[in-house]
Amino acid sequence: MSNVDQNPVKLLELEGVSISQSGREVLHDVTFDIYKGKFIGLIGTNGSGKTTLLRAILGIISPSSGHIRFLNSSKQGRSRNIGYVPQKIDFDPDMPLRARDLVALGLDGNRLGISKRKKSDKLLIDSLVEQVGAADFANSRVGELSGGEQQRIMIAHALISKPELILLDEPLANLDLRSQVEIVTLVSKLAREGNITVLISTHDMNPLLPVMDRILYIANGKVASGEVSEVVTTESLSSLYGHHVEVVNLKGRILVVPEIEEGGFNFLRGIPGNEDH
Amino acid sequence: MAQLGSVFVIAGFFSSYPVRVALVAGLMVAVVSGTVGTFTIIRGQSFAGHSLADIGAAGGSAAYLVNIPAIYGFIGINLVAGLVLEFIGIGRLRGRDLATGIVLSAALGLTALFLYLDTIASTTTNVTASLLFGSILTIQGSSIPIILAVGAIAIAIVMVLYRPLVLSSISKELALAKGIPETKIAIGFLVALALNVSLTAITVGAILSTALLVGPAAIALKLTRRTGRAILIASAIGVIVTWIGIYLSYDSYYWPPHNHGWPASFFVVAIIFALFVTVDTIVRMRRKYLVGKRPAKG
Repeated sequence: MSNVDQNPVKLLELEGVSISQSGREVLHDVTFDIYKGKFIGLIGTNGSGKTTLLRAILGIISPSSGHIRFLNSSKQGRSRNIGYVPQKIDFDPDMPLRARDLVALGLDGNRLGISKRKKSDKLLIDSLVEQVGAADFANSRVGELSGGEQQRIMIAHALISKPELILLDEPLANLDLRSQVEIVTLVSKLAREGNITVLISTHDMNPLLPVMDRILYIANGKVASGEVSEVVTTESLSSLYGHHVEVVNLKGRILVVPEIEEGGFNFLRGIPGNEDH
Repeated sequence: MAQLGSVFVIAGFFSSYPVRVALVAGLMVAVVSGTVGTFTIIRGQSFAGHSLADIGAAGGSAAYLVNIPAIYGFIGINLVAGLVLEFIGIGRLRGRDLATGIVLSAALGLTALFLYLDTIASTTTNVTASLLFGSILTIQGSSIPIILAVGAIAIAIVMVLYRPLVLSSISKELALAKGIPETKIAIGFLVALALNVSLTAITVGAILSTALLVGPAAIALKLTRRTGRAILIASAIGVIVTWIGIYLSYDSYYWPPHNHGWPASFFVVAIIFALFVTVDTIVRMRRKYLVGKRPAKG
């Protein structure tokens, strides 16, 4: 469902970005652009560097070389208003925090002191709670919510500050298939309504296929970007992994099949990016 | 007759100077503990709080040696120890139980030495018991200003950092992404924690410090879904329990063995324990019977 945009506006560019963590290079010479209003899937196996890339865009970590730049803006990295849904947070069931309080923290969690919230802020919180379909459990403790409910709250938390860009790190992990579809549909709907750019990481691209404009495929510290039809091909992914990978389209679901070596499947080598980075 | 007796005891209670000092100190310490303690639990730093109290005992006992109020010794060493803990990394601390255990025993060993020197150097009776297990009724009136000042600073730190503190307690990543200087917030909170532990140490003693720090807050967390209310409830529980402890300690002067008051710390800790068990049981029962029902408001 790629939009035919005649004049896409560039929001962010990464140029030659390499990132090392504890002496190991997690990302190597990564270059790509992100355009406004696009829904981008960041696909890669566990440990392939997805979180590292998202944290670098947020400005929490700095590249060891190359640069990450937001266009037409003096605000970079952590001074920017970027919505963020980190990997699953383990909420303590005893944590005295209602779901709506977590949404509210997205609005003013970085402010010092305590003050009574304005009426307009309360209405904004209510409206976000409503938009993500969380009205029924807004007054429950966050720690008592199901995984899918927590993700809805986190999405409201990320969107309430009206960011241009929202980053979601594996929001579909640990969710059943139905909740996965619901979350993807919700993010895509809200993003299109608000013209918000979405970068969402997942190890399984299939739930994103109906809504994804572009794909960033990450493997072996390198990234390939483009339309799904350009990137997710046997040739392109094989070159990214450095060995043969077969892309199969099975009834609309795209499967990336590990190579078959002599002597049968070699799962450790065969499953791309599974070297436990 | 019995009634007349208790009226007499209560009147005597409030006219006693040590009691009035204890009530004021107890009030402040309980309110600080409700405030800082709630965050201590949320941030998973109860263990750090306990470590600080153990280490602080060395400072408290050293203060007796040089004849200054114990509170100064506790504050001094707790602030230093708190910053060292942050430097080592509170998160890693729990995992390194061997190293932590050795540091804590070293501090307690130092406490043992100082307490020994205290007993041979001074005529003060029972320094050991009052340092380790507290003696709120022996706090000197001259210590009240420092207690109030230290308490006010600890509460002010938490109030100023309130929202970033909540956010970073939920997830460091969330806080970092919002541009919050997470490390500075963590250090700020640790200073508040160090001050708080110094205060609890002089009321219920270094060893029982954690009970007052996290006990009322642990009860409060079970009773409310809101952080602000948890702080208020924890403070209220702390104040009531501390005052009951002071009263019973005063009253126990007439209990057997006669003319020897029971320690207030015992009552404080015992009531907190009983209250926690009761509340926990009730909350569990309620959850069991209200499965699946969602609160409408609150």
